[in-house]
Amino acid sequence: MSADHLPEHPDFLWRNPDPKKSYDAVIVGGGGHGLATAYFLAKNHGMTNIAILEKGWLAGGNMARNTTIIRSNYLWDESAAIYEHALKLWEILPEELEYDFLFSQRGVMNLAHTLGDVRESVRRVGANRLNGVDAEWLDPQQVKELCPILNINDNIRYPVMGATYQPRAGIAKHDHVAWAFARKCDELGVDIIQNCEVTGFIKDGNRVTGVKTTRGDINTEKVGLCAAGHSSVLAEMAGFRLPIQSHPLQALVSELHEPVHPTVVMSNHVHVYVSQAHKGELVMGAGVDSYNGYGQRGSFHVIEEQMAAAVELFPIFARAHVLRTWGGIVDTTLDASPIVGLSPVENMFVNCGWGTGGFKGTPAAGLTFAHTIATGAPHKLNKPFALERFETGALIDEHGAAAVAH
Amino acid sequence: MLLISCPNCGPRDETEFHYGGQAHIAYPENPNDLSDREWAEYLFYRENTKGTFAERWVHSTGCRQWFNMLRDTVSYDIHSIYAMGQPRPDTQSGLAPGAPTASAPTSSEGV
Ligand SMILES: Cc1cc2nc3c(=O)[nH]c(=O)nc-3n(C[C@H](O)[C@H](O)[C@H](O)COP(=O)(O)OP(=O)(O)OC[C@H]3O[C@@H](n4cnc5c(N)ncnc54)[C@H](O)[C@@H]3O)c2cc1C
Ligand SMILES: [Zn+2]
Repeated sequence: MSADHLPEHPDFLWRNPDPKKSYDAVIVGGGGHGLATAYFLAKNHGMTNIAILEKGWLAGGNMARNTTIIRSNYLWDESAAIYEHALKLWEILPEELEYDFLFSQRGVMNLAHTLGDVRESVRRVGANRLNGVDAEWLDPQQVKELCPILNINDNIRYPVMGATYQPRAGIAKHDHVAWAFARKCDELGVDIIQNCEVTGFIKDGNRVTGVKTTRGDINTEKVGLCAAGHSSVLAEMAGFRLPIQSHPLQALVSELHEPVHPTVVMSNHVHVYVSQAHKGELVMGAGVDSYNGYGQRGSFHVIEEQMAAAVELFPIFARAHVLRTWGGIVDTTLDASPIVGLSPVENMFVNCGWGTGGFKGTPAAGLTFAHTIATGAPHKLNKPFALERFETGALIDEHGAAAVAH
Repeated sequence: MLLISCPNCGPRDETEFHYGGQAHIAYPENPNDLSDREWAEYLFYRENTKGTFAERWVHSTGCRQWFNMLRDTVSYDIHSIYAMGQPRPDTQSGLAPGAPTASAPTSSEGV
């Protein structure tokens, strides 16, 4: 087909303005969290003279690299509250943003492979129910009924002994989520500025008054950091430390297949998680690479191990081909919970530490972080996720407790 | 996959090793005197350098010995490998701005 026959280029969803000299607030990072924060700042707090500064392109970080799993079946009350709030927002956002980003509530299963897993899982189902989170315990036969391609026989190293199941959980198209937020932000007057790297901060004593960028200095009343894997780099520029370690996290897809996988299956023990994207690719992820890393790639053995686990659990995947693998940089904390709140620098706020599982939290991160920035105090949902918890010892330890960290 | 030269066994695949995080963290000399903030620093705060990083590895499925390594966290190039207890080698040229250098405690480290 010649170029003459191509349809008109669709409308762009947002402007690409030059940065202004000053804003009421600047959000660093144009991933899902930065976009959602700007959206709620504008919508809930009437702050529209604000900008999102993104060093690369919109959603080019973890936002469009994740495996898009959304669930709220976390163990601890604080986590269940914020992730469940996020899930409720996911349920209304397509309408609110007037954009069908294919949020598919196809359920998420977390497999148990050992007696320890079983006990942990049944406990989590109970905790979830007490917190109003939909959760069920499935025996292996029920697992098989929900996901017929799963191997529940005992011919594998770690047979399936059951699973927790959250029916309202699922997946969404991450790039569309970013575009949906970006379009609304733009409509509300937010400047989305790409190719604009923050290289330093301007301070008056301990108060931030501006940002230095590759596109000039910008004055601002408030700064919100939403830089995921680069959070500690930015904090260091601002003169404080974060208890964050950045690790590569990889994912991959197969070529397209007919629909074979009706739900989302995650296994902490053999460490793989699998869903089938709307187009038909099998989407799989696993754990982080053990070492600190800022390269958006990891080691091959991680992929090899996750494929071995996938083929044991799903024998029909044995002949599928890997089409693409990639990595993102995730910001992990020692309690596997995020940090959303104030920082040691006045008028600077941090949202980070969502690590391997912050896509699902995007709407709640945005809502609570916007509240924190606008009012100078945390929302009740993010209050427990303050930086101080590492000093007070009030950790929210979701390691293991959260089934798998994605 | 990283190819890591164990000081005792020579070059081996990354899968034979385990990662030990930032090197040169000394156990507090007077633990009873630490404030909550200092405990938080000791337990939870680690450098997260983008650039040359001093870290510990253990050759778990080989000689089972710990050692230190200077590695670039962006390119993943390994700059040097040195024994536990040795100070961090001077590699000024390869350092990222603001990376901990001479100020990092290099003596009396544990493993
Ligand atoms: C492979 C993989 C799989 C994952 N799977 C899941 C999953 O299934 N479910 C789930 O809930 N979560 C998952 N996650 C985690 C999730 O993607 C992240 O927690 C979440 O995306 C982080 O928030 P964000 O979208 O704002 O981050 P990002 O999209 O990474 O946004 C941060 C942005 O900041 C920008 N930035 C950094 N430094 C600067 C600077 N100096 N100046 C300007 N801009 C800067 C970056 O370029 C980047 O665009 C996964 C992550 C990865 C990598
Ligand atoms: Zn060895």
